[in-house]
Amino acid sequence: MAKTHITLSINGNEVEALVEPRTLLIHFLREQQNLTGAHIGCDTGHCGACTVEIDGMSVKSCMTFAVQAQGAHITTIEGVANPDGTLSALQEGFRMMHGLQCGYCTPGMILRAHRLLQENPTPSEEEIRFGIAGNLCRCTGYVNIVKAIQYAAAKINGTPFLEAAQ
Amino acid sequence: MNKQTPIDIDRAERTEKLQGMGCKRKRVEDIRFTQGKGNYVDDLKLPGMVFGDFVRSPHAHARIVSIDTTRAKALPGVIAVLTAADLKPLGLHYMPTLAGDVQAVLAEEKVLFQNQEVAFVIAKDRYIASDATELVDVVYEALPCIVDPFKSMLPDAPVLREDIKDKMVGAHGPRKHPNHIFEWQIGDKDATDAIFANAEVTIKEMLVDHRTHPSPLETCQSVASFDKIKGELTLWGTFQAPHVIRTVVSLISGLPEHKIHVIAPDIGGGFGNKVGAYAGYVCSVVGSIVLGVPVKWVEDRMENLSTTSFARDYHMTTELAATKEGKILAMRVHVLADHGAFDACADPSKWPAGFMNICTGSYDIPTAHLVVDGVYTNKASGGVAYRCSFRVTEAVFAIERAVEVLAQKIGMDAAELRLKNFIKAEQFPYHSALGWEYDSGDYHTAMKKAMDTIGYAELRKEQAAKRAAFQRGETRELMGIGISFFTEIVGAGPSKNCDILGIAMFDSAEIRIHPTGSIIARMGTKSQGQGHETTYAQIIATELGIPADDIMIEEGNTDTAPYGLGTYGSRSTPVAGAATAVAARKIKAKAQMIAAHMLEVHEGDLEWDVDRFRVKGLPEKFKTMKEIAWSAYNSPPPNMEPGLEAVNYYEPPNMTYPFGAYFCVMDIDVDTGVAKTRRFYALDDCGTRINPMIIEGQVHGGLTEAFACAMGQEIRYDETGNVMGASFMDFFLPTAVETPHWETDFTVTPSPHHPIGAKGVGESPHVGGVPCFSNAVNDAYAFLNAGHIQMPHDAWRLWKVGERLGLHK
Ligand code: FES
Ligand code: FES
Repeated sequence: MAKTHITLSINGNEVEALVEPRTLLIHFLREQQNLTGAHIGCDTGHCGACTVEIDGMSVKSCMTFAVQAQGAHITTIEGVANPDGTLSALQEGFRMMHGLQCGYCTPGMILRAHRLLQENPTPSEEEIRFGIAGNLCRCTGYVNIVKAIQYAAAKINGTPFLEAAQ
Repeated sequence: MNKQTPIDIDRAERTEKLQGMGCKRKRVEDIRFTQGKGNYVDDLKLPGMVFGDFVRSPHAHARIVSIDTTRAKALPGVIAVLTAADLKPLGLHYMPTLAGDVQAVLAEEKVLFQNQEVAFVIAKDRYIASDATELVDVVYEALPCIVDPFKSMLPDAPVLREDIKDKMVGAHGPRKHPNHIFEWQIGDKDATDAIFANAEVTIKEMLVDHRTHPSPLETCQSVASFDKIKGELTLWGTFQAPHVIRTVVSLISGLPEHKIHVIAPDIGGGFGNKVGAYAGYVCSVVGSIVLGVPVKWVEDRMENLSTTSFARDYHMTTELAATKEGKILAMRVHVLADHGAFDACADPSKWPAGFMNICTGSYDIPTAHLVVDGVYTNKASGGVAYRCSFRVTEAVFAIERAVEVLAQKIGMDAAELRLKNFIKAEQFPYHSALGWEYDSGDYHTAMKKAMDTIGYAELRKEQAAKRAAFQRGETRELMGIGISFFTEIVGAGPSKNCDILGIAMFDSAEIRIHPTGSIIARMGTKSQGQGHETTYAQIIATELGIPADDIMIEEGNTDTAPYGLGTYGSRSTPVAGAATAVAARKIKAKAQMIAAHMLEVHEGDLEWDVDRFRVKGLPEKFKTMKEIAWSAYNSPPPNMEPGLEAVNYYEPPNMTYPFGAYFCVMDIDVDTGVAKTRRFYALDDCGTRINPMIIEGQVHGGLTEAFACAMGQEIRYDETGNVMGASFMDFFLPTAVETPHWETDFTVTPSPHHPIGAKGVGESPHVGGVPCFSNAVNDAYAFLNAGHIQMPHDAWRLWKVGERLGLHK
C-alpha cells in the first residue's frame, strides 16, 4: 500500500515517518516508534487505554489515523516524567495513592488526568469522576485514582493534600 | 503505662526500616507502570515476527461444508493459513481442557458457537492478517441451535458434540444425554428430603447467576518463537498459570518440557480470564513451529468477550427448610450449569462444579444436599472463576439471596436471621454438611461491628418511613438495604482433593540471599496487578530482617521460577505466601547456626530480634542478617555448606476461609429504574494483613467488578445464538461516574494453619459484593411483593419491574 510521509513532534522530538494511510496512530506509536506505553484495550474508542495528548487535547489514538497527526505535537506517557527523570506530580500521585494495579489503564489515565488538570487545576471529586469517564479501569474501583489526581493537583498548586477521611 | 526503653525505640526504628508485613509499603511495580515502561505481551517485538488472526464462525451451530483458502493465500503479505486439516495430522485440531473434555482448536466438521475459531491466517503484519481473514471462503450449513440450557437435555434436542456422542461416560461419570456433561452431587439426599417434608417453613427460588465475562483491560495474547536449530520453543503469553501452560504445551505438542520456555511478562489484569489454554496460544505455537519465525496473536475485544472464558451461567434452584422462628434446618440446591460448547471450566480436576458446595455459607446448617448438572449449549466455553475461587460467587449468591427470601417469608429482619444462624466462634474448626472444614471465623463480631458502623437500626427506620411515604404517593423513590455475609474458600489446595491435570495444587518459593545481604526470590505464582513484587518482599523482610527494598521478587519465567500452579482463586497468599514464609524460615534456621558460630555461643543462646540474632541477655552481642549473609559465603561454620538459600514447595493442609460483612444502601427511582448506591460498606476479615494499602485496593477493585456483574454486565445471546453486546459499547464496565464510593473496614481472625495467618483477599469483595447489590435491589421492592428479581439489575430491567408491579400508572 502506498505510504504517506508525515512529520510531527512526539514528546518534544521531531519525527519523520512513512505510514500507510490506514495505519492507526496507536499502532504507529507502539510499533513504529516503539512507544509502547499507550495500550490497546478495546479498539473501539471506549476504554481510553490508548489516550495520548495531541495539541492540547486528550485523544484516543485507536480512533485516529497516523496521517491525521501530520504536524501535530503529541505527548505520550513516555514524555510525562519531570525533565530530571523523577516522577511527575501525577505519576507520583498514582503511586502514593495506589491509583493503579495492573497498570494497563495507567498511561492513558495519567494522560487524561494531565489534560483535566490543565483545564481545571482544582477539580472537585465529581469533576474528576466526570473528567475521567472516558477511561476505564478494571482493577482499582477509581476511588484511589480520584485521590491520586487530587494529590497531584495539590502538589502542583502547592496546597496541602488532605486525604478525605473515610 | 509501659515506658519505652532505648532498645524498644531502636527496635521500632529497625522494624520500620524493613517495610515488612503490616505496613502500607508503596508498590515497586508502579515505578515502571506509571512511566509506560511495563512489559506486556503485545509490547514484545522480535526480529522477523509475523501476526496471526482468526477466521471465526458467524453461526452458533453449523456444519462446515468447505473451507477454501485460495484467495487469502494469494493476498500479498499472507504467509500461511491454517485449518483443522493442517492440525489434524499433528493431532492438534483438538486440545485437552482442564475439565477432562477436549476443545476444538480449529473447527473441523462443525462449529458449535458464534465466533468459534475456523482458520488461522498468518501474515507479515496485523492489518494484512485481518484483511485475509475475510478472504477465506467457508461454506456453512446452518443447524438448529440450543441457547437455553433447559432445552439441552430434551429428548429431541440436536446433538451438539458429535465427536463424543457415543461416549456416555465422561470425565466425571455417566452422562444422561448426549448434551449432558456430568452430574455431581454431594450431601445427604434422604436426610435432606426428610427435613423438607416435615419443615414448618420452606422457601424455594430459582436464582440465576447470569453469564458474564472477566474482561481484563488487556485481552489474551501470546508470542511463540520456535528455534528450529535448538528445537526449543519460547512462549510469552497472558498466563495466570505459566507452569501449567508449559506442561500443557509439552503434553500436546510432544516437545520435551525442558525445551519449552514459558514466560508470563506483566499482565494487564486477569480475573480468571487468563487461566485457561486458548486456540490462539496453540495456533501461535503451531505457526511458529511450522514457519520457524515468531508468531504473535492478539485478541481484539470482541473476540475476548465472545470466545475466551465466560463466567457463571448457573441456574440454581435453591431451597431452605426452617423453623417458624427462623432456625435453618436444611438446604437443598439443584444447579443447571451451562458450560457452552466444550467443558473448559478451569476447576481443580475433581471438582466439576468448583467449590459450589460452600453454598451453606456462614450458617450452621446441619443437613444439605447439592446436585449440579452440567450441559452443553451453543455458546462459548469457559466457566472460569471470575474474580473468585471456583464457583464461590455462585454459591454465595445462592445462600445470601435465599436467607433474605426466608427472612421475608417469616417476617424476620434479615440481619437478625443471619445472626441467629451463624456458625459460632467456638464451633471452629467447623465441619459443614457439604464436606468442608472451615478453619476459623468470628462471624458475630464482624456482623455486629458492621451493623454498628453503618447504623443499621437507623437505616431500617428510615426505610420504613420512606416506604410509608411511597405508599402515600409522596415519593417515587424506593430505598433498599442490601446485606451479605459471605464465607469464601480459597487457597486451593491440599493434594488430597486438589489437582490440575494430576499436578497437586501446591505452590512454591525460592529465596536466595546474596553475600552482601540483598535477596532475589522467585515464586510459582504470577501477579496480574495484585502487587506480588511488593507484598512477597514484605513477608521476607519480616521473616529475615532484610529491608523489602533490598529484595527483588521475580515471577512468570518458568526457566527460573520454581514450579507453581499460578495465581487465581486467591491462592497466592494462602499457598505461595506460605511457601515464602517457610522458605524464609529454613534460611533463618541456617542463619542462626552461622550466627552462633560467629558469636561463639550455642544456637539456643540466641534470640531473633527484628533483623539480627542476639545473645539472650546481652543485647549488645549480635549479628545482623546482613553480616550473617556475608559469613555464609565467606566463612561458614566447619561442616556446613556455604551459601544462604532455600526453596519450599508448600502443600497447604487446608483451604483458608476469609469472610466479611457487607452493607449497601440504595435508592431506586421507580419511574426510570435508575439505581443509585448511596453507601457501600465492606468489612473484610482476611486474617493477617500483609499490606493494608494493597488490601484496600483489592477490595475496591473487587467491589467494582461485583457492582458491574450485579447491576448490568452480561453476555447475552439471542435465540439463534448470536452473542449480543460483545463490545465495550454494550458490555457494562462501570466508569468512575457510576462507580460508588467504597468504605472499607476489617476484623482480623488469623488462619490457624497458615504460617503467617493470612487468608487471601483479592476475590472476597467480588464474592460478597454481588449478592449484596442484588439484595439491596430486591429489598427495595420487597414490600411491594415483587418476588425474586433476577440480575443484572440495569435500569431497563428495573423499569420493567415497575411496569410488572403496576407502579407506573
Ligand atoms: S483502545 Fe482506544 S479507546 Fe480502547
Ligand atoms: S490498573 Fe488495571 S485496568 Fe486500571
